[in-house]
Amino acid sequence: METFGLLFHGLGLALQPMNLLYALIGVTLGTAVGVLPGIGPALTVALLLPVTYQLDPTGSLIMFAGIYYGGMYGGSTTSILLNTPGESASIVTALEGNKMARKGRGGPALATAAIGSFVAGLIATLGLAFISPWMVKFALSLGPADYFALMVLAFVTVSAAFGDSALRGLTALFLGLALGLIGIDLQTGQARLSFGIPDLLDGVEVTTLAVALFAVGEALKIAATPPEGEERIEPVKGSVWMTKQDWARSWKPWLRGTAIGFPIGAMPAGGAEIGTFLSYSTEKALTKHPEEFGNGAIEGVAGPEAANNASAAGTLVPLLTLGLPTSATAAIMLAGFQQFGLQPGPLLFATNAPLVWSLIASLLVANFMLIVLNLPLVGLWVRLLAIPKPWLYAGILTFATLGCIGANPSPVELALLLAFGLLGYGLRRFSYPIAPVVVGLILGPLAEQQLRRALAISQGDPSVLVHSPAAIILYTIAAIALLLPLILRLRGKGAVLKAMQADED
Amino acid sequence: MLLRSLSGVVLAAVLAVPALAANYTLIAPAAPGGGWDQTARTMQTVMQDEGIAGNVQVTNVPGAGGTIGLAQFVNQSKGNPEALIVGGYVMLGAILTNASPVDLTMVTPIARLTGESEVIVVPASSEIQTMADLVTRLKADPGAVSWAGGSAGGTDHIAAGLIAKAVGVDPTKVNYIAYSGGGEALAAILGNQVTVGVSGYGEFESQIEAGTLRALAVSGDARIEGLDAPTLKEAGVDVSLENWRMVAAAPGITPEQEAAITADITKMAQSESWKKALADRGWIDRFQSGEEFRNQLAEDTTATATILKAIGLVK
Repeated sequence: METFGLLFHGLGLALQPMNLLYALIGVTLGTAVGVLPGIGPALTVALLLPVTYQLDPTGSLIMFAGIYYGGMYGGSTTSILLNTPGESASIVTALEGNKMARKGRGGPALATAAIGSFVAGLIATLGLAFISPWMVKFALSLGPADYFALMVLAFVTVSAAFGDSALRGLTALFLGLALGLIGIDLQTGQARLSFGIPDLLDGVEVTTLAVALFAVGEALKIAATPPEGEERIEPVKGSVWMTKQDWARSWKPWLRGTAIGFPIGAMPAGGAEIGTFLSYSTEKALTKHPEEFGNGAIEGVAGPEAANNASAAGTLVPLLTLGLPTSATAAIMLAGFQQFGLQPGPLLFATNAPLVWSLIASLLVANFMLIVLNLPLVGLWVRLLAIPKPWLYAGILTFATLGCIGANPSPVELALLLAFGLLGYGLRRFSYPIAPVVVGLILGPLAEQQLRRALAISQGDPSVLVHSPAAIILYTIAAIALLLPLILRLRGKGAVLKAMQADED
Repeated sequence: MLLRSLSGVVLAAVLAVPALAANYTLIAPAAPGGGWDQTARTMQTVMQDEGIAGNVQVTNVPGAGGTIGLAQFVNQSKGNPEALIVGGYVMLGAILTNASPVDLTMVTPIARLTGESEVIVVPASSEIQTMADLVTRLKADPGAVSWAGGSAGGTDHIAAGLIAKAVGVDPTKVNYIAYSGGGEALAAILGNQVTVGVSGYGEFESQIEAGTLRALAVSGDARIEGLDAPTLKEAGVDVSLENWRMVAAAPGITPEQEAAITADITKMAQSESWKKALADRGWIDRFQSGEEFRNQLAEDTTATATILKAIGLVK
């Protein structure tokens, strides 16, 4: 069992005092930012990425793992107590969780979400550790043409398969692809669309784009929207602890949620949020208390929260083994790797095994820290919810700007941040999804390189693109993912897809 | 007047007092982890440990084959005797292919430090056993031989172009597949996606030792110790190429300042800990400074422009 050895070695690294401290800082920051209303994991990770710049790669990625899991935990707290889910994956949690909080059962709702996330995170991280070596072997057998097919599939699922309009999704995707063209072309060394500005030679920074679209865009939208009725923060009354009955009703949904969420997240395609919806409908179908669904059923919190965390750990499988980010959060994590000159992919396991395994191990560590940190400190996090919106968004703007110029001290970068911020506002105003833009920017150049490599190796023969069985299967799935939703929408079933919109900010 | 000349004297006296040890800021024009970054960090450690410099700060300014870092260095450190930048052969190619507005004549080159041989590899399962086999294939159909290596116009690409030229194949026909580095090209080579790989020895060392890659030849003038592969010249291909790395100082410094920096760098390059660091990393000592280095640099620049034009990357 080679995996065990590697994992234990990774744990040894992750448990060194300094690394434990980094993980602790990561989970604390991640939870604190993630709990803020309107801020989901993608933005949490993008805002906090510059914090990790000063560390060495291992320390930085360990802190990053903490931020990632912390942001996930924080998000569920918000949706239970405030009913404004920070991300689409938490919508389902809000459905039942907020109802529970209104009935004064906020404590158990938070507890089952936290423990469910812990259980799911634990199982899914172990799943990641065991699946990854297999995926790496598979990934090494893929050629440039197969990679291109894989990326086409990811493009389709991220942009067109979910949401209320394939056209809007594809428009957002192509915005990202166009931005991805900027910079020096790797195959010829020639600069494209850089307009003589040296800062653009290396392309548009993913973090700048993500922070601008998510943070600046959201702040502008909040500023432009007239204040609605006062949002109610449900106080956490009574015991935080779950009753015996709560436990009995929670443990099966946790496991089922994990079993549903992890494989969906681990698939090299977008749409990791589906897991939470599937888990919710599964629990609704299996429950012995159908009358409680819609009025605060604990199963409806336990299952989706577990599925959400399991699929978040699952998205790390394609990210680490294939270098393929399938969500905006994963795209920003990829940027986190790239700042150290590390390219996630099958070779990272070969050339930088200690780093990868200490990252996986620190996900386990972060998971333990969060359960210890979250349950007792829930009162503290709740206070963050009470920050008035103007203060909150002024603060977010300040930190976004500081982070951006801290990472790239140049006026051009600042101008880009503001310009993309306006773009982000426009996208939100006209309800275009944000994630496809970010995924397009980071995957576009990769897909282009793979396509051109494939064609160069075949000396220009395009049939190479559909030469391997893997590529053919991937294109078929991509075609189904593109066409099936169109048919569903034509038949008037678009509402289901709309609910599954991959809008994670 | 008197006061001014007096203060001038005082100032000169202050400047003349030899600082116990200079401080340096060192730009590594690449992301952490690569060759330039490793060079800069090694210089930092050695200069501080040997007491040559009081404090050395390394700043990474990655991108565009080092030309982004170079542009920043030229614009921001004019006349600053504490500013240094690491560079090398790859930068020469990048300046030309990117049509960079700044080049190495705009800085004060101090010394060449290290060299690293390129190695030409095939996967262990390949039918190609020797360099001669590869040359035969290349002559038969240049397009059918795909080369995987680092970025376009870099040392790896130049090596492929020079080999083609030396055996009488049109260098524009070289089917070069660029990756962001030799290490990233590994998957394509190991997976039999491409015919042959070319990059710095360090990038392929562990795979060659593990037996998954077969080294056909090395590009330097001498064989690499412990590696069973001929030099290109021994294999009948008249090419000699090494990827070298250098250090340069800011533009507009005085000759005295240049001499002081050269003295510090020379002292560093002669120290035991520098030699040990080179041995650990498998770098060859290629120290060269002053007039000799300037001439070599000019020569290499011309040669690089010629081959890049032959490959078709530079008009």
